[in-house]
Amino acid sequence: MSRRSSSRLVGALLGVIALLFAAPLLWLLTASFDAEAPLAAAVPGRFTLDNFEQVLSWETSLRPLWNGLLLSGGAAVVSVVAAVLCAYPLSRYRLRFRRPFLYTVLFATGLPITAVMVPVYSMFVRLDLVDSMLGTTLFLAATSLPVAIWMTKNFMDGVPISLEEAAWVDGASALQALRSVVLPLIVPGVSVVGIFTFINAWGNFFVPFVLLLDPAKQPASVGVFAFFGQGGLIAYGQLAAYSILYTAPVIALYLMVSRSLGGAFTLTGAIK
Amino acid sequence: MTTAAVARPAARRRGAAVSRWLLPMAPAVLLLGLFVAGPILWSGYVSFTNAALTGAAATDPEFVGLENFRRLFADPALWHSAWVTVVFTVGSAVIGQNGLGLLIAVLTRHRNRLLRNTVGIAVVSAWVLPELVAAFALYAFLNPEGTLNALLGAVGLNEQDWLYSAPLLAVILGNVWRGTAFSMLVYQAALSEVPTELAEAAEVDGAGALRRFWHVTLPIIRRSVLTNLMLVTLQTLGVFTLIYVLTAGGPGDATQTLPLLMYDEAFELDEIGYGATISLVLLAVGALFAVVYARTLREEV
Repeated sequence: MSRRSSSRLVGALLGVIALLFAAPLLWLLTASFDAEAPLAAAVPGRFTLDNFEQVLSWETSLRPLWNGLLLSGGAAVVSVVAAVLCAYPLSRYRLRFRRPFLYTVLFATGLPITAVMVPVYSMFVRLDLVDSMLGTTLFLAATSLPVAIWMTKNFMDGVPISLEEAAWVDGASALQALRSVVLPLIVPGVSVVGIFTFINAWGNFFVPFVLLLDPAKQPASVGVFAFFGQGGLIAYGQLAAYSILYTAPVIALYLMVSRSLGGAFTLTGAIK
Repeated sequence: MTTAAVARPAARRRGAAVSRWLLPMAPAVLLLGLFVAGPILWSGYVSFTNAALTGAAATDPEFVGLENFRRLFADPALWHSAWVTVVFTVGSAVIGQNGLGLLIAVLTRHRNRLLRNTVGIAVVSAWVLPELVAAFALYAFLNPEGTLNALLGAVGLNEQDWLYSAPLLAVILGNVWRGTAFSMLVYQAALSEVPTELAEAAEVDGAGALRRFWHVTLPIIRRSVLTNLMLVTLQTLGVFTLIYVLTAGGPGDATQTLPLLMYDEAFELDEIGYGATISLVLLAVGALFAVVYARTLREEV
């Protein structure tokens, strides 16, 4: 086979792959603008914004979105602060337990969190934390901490320690040096950690589904599901519109991260 | 990588010896201890009780010794679920996501930008979506009245209810669709670090594309392959939402992986103690993979 025809074949194959991956998503777009949305992707018979209008109420979408913002934003902040503080000694000092600690953290990044939801629920019942947004936020923060610590430490290792020496000579404490010297240099990396924690928490369905029972406290992920599970006739157009509202922030954040740092870069911290 | 504590006045360094690492590390250690290690230890305790969601066993669970474990290992549902989990994981993670991700990364290498970006965006979109939205989109896609059947009908093929006629295949393909982006990104990053001169030299020596890949490229990206296999396996072991929305473990128990079985026993059948026992089994399997994973990355620490 000649080089050109094999190159065409690869091009065609990639085109088919792209189409197959995009196909299930088409429906979300077409149905959300369709007055009588079917279950298959189709050009809207009657183009409308009604679906969006109908789901845009405090109880249906705004409160769940707000709850999601509190949970995911809180988890991201807690996780980033704890990870930065924890990574600093690991990166800068010669500690005897450094290696075992890092192995344990690495090990924890691999554990399937789904597996602990039953014991977590049972533990939360004992601690009276079921239906507590604070408890759920802290749990979400803790589950993303291993990866956050790991990535943050890698970023910090990239900052030459000689920069801090100058600050130390001037009499700065370790935490002052961290804040004024190291932190400004790793802001891009740390914001990636924060955004990833946020995206993960925002998209997580199982955790709030198990830990938050009161509809008034549930985030958008669980809110959409209630919509889906109402039984009887499902208004597919509204479901699609809600899904788009709920997805939009994640897409925006993802674009921000991949624009500024490149898609592959974000993975190297966790993977390499 | 190791950075020493550097030249600081010895007296100061000693004086602050413990507090300078203990204080900053305390929040992270507390969170990890309470919310990650805590539940694991707690599941160890609960699995020896008859804890339930409601009734007397909810407020005052009794210690039942190894009863849950005896019951679990004699339970055909466990063995069935374990098997479904193996098929789901090998099919969707090891073969599907890993293989397809590698294939796409190899094929998009040295392609023009437009094609590369089009494929990248399509594959990554499925991955970036919140898991529930992705699951809805798939549910609609595979529905008897969904897009897939519309497409098949248009080319004259048989339409059917995929979630009913081929449920395990449907959730496997669903998970491939959802998760391949991760492997693709890992392999694109790995391949970008493979020097092209090596492959060119092999080409001059007369090696075909497949042989070049097998003997030159693959050995160089070996570590990435191992890491990726480990990670996608672990992620797939924990998949709950996708299956829950698509089939809820059914029809019957055709797609009941271990997480679904755990959920059913604990929350649908109210048996928290028994559910915790299943979660211990799932954790043990995950831990096994996580140890291998941490070991392959050992020299990085």
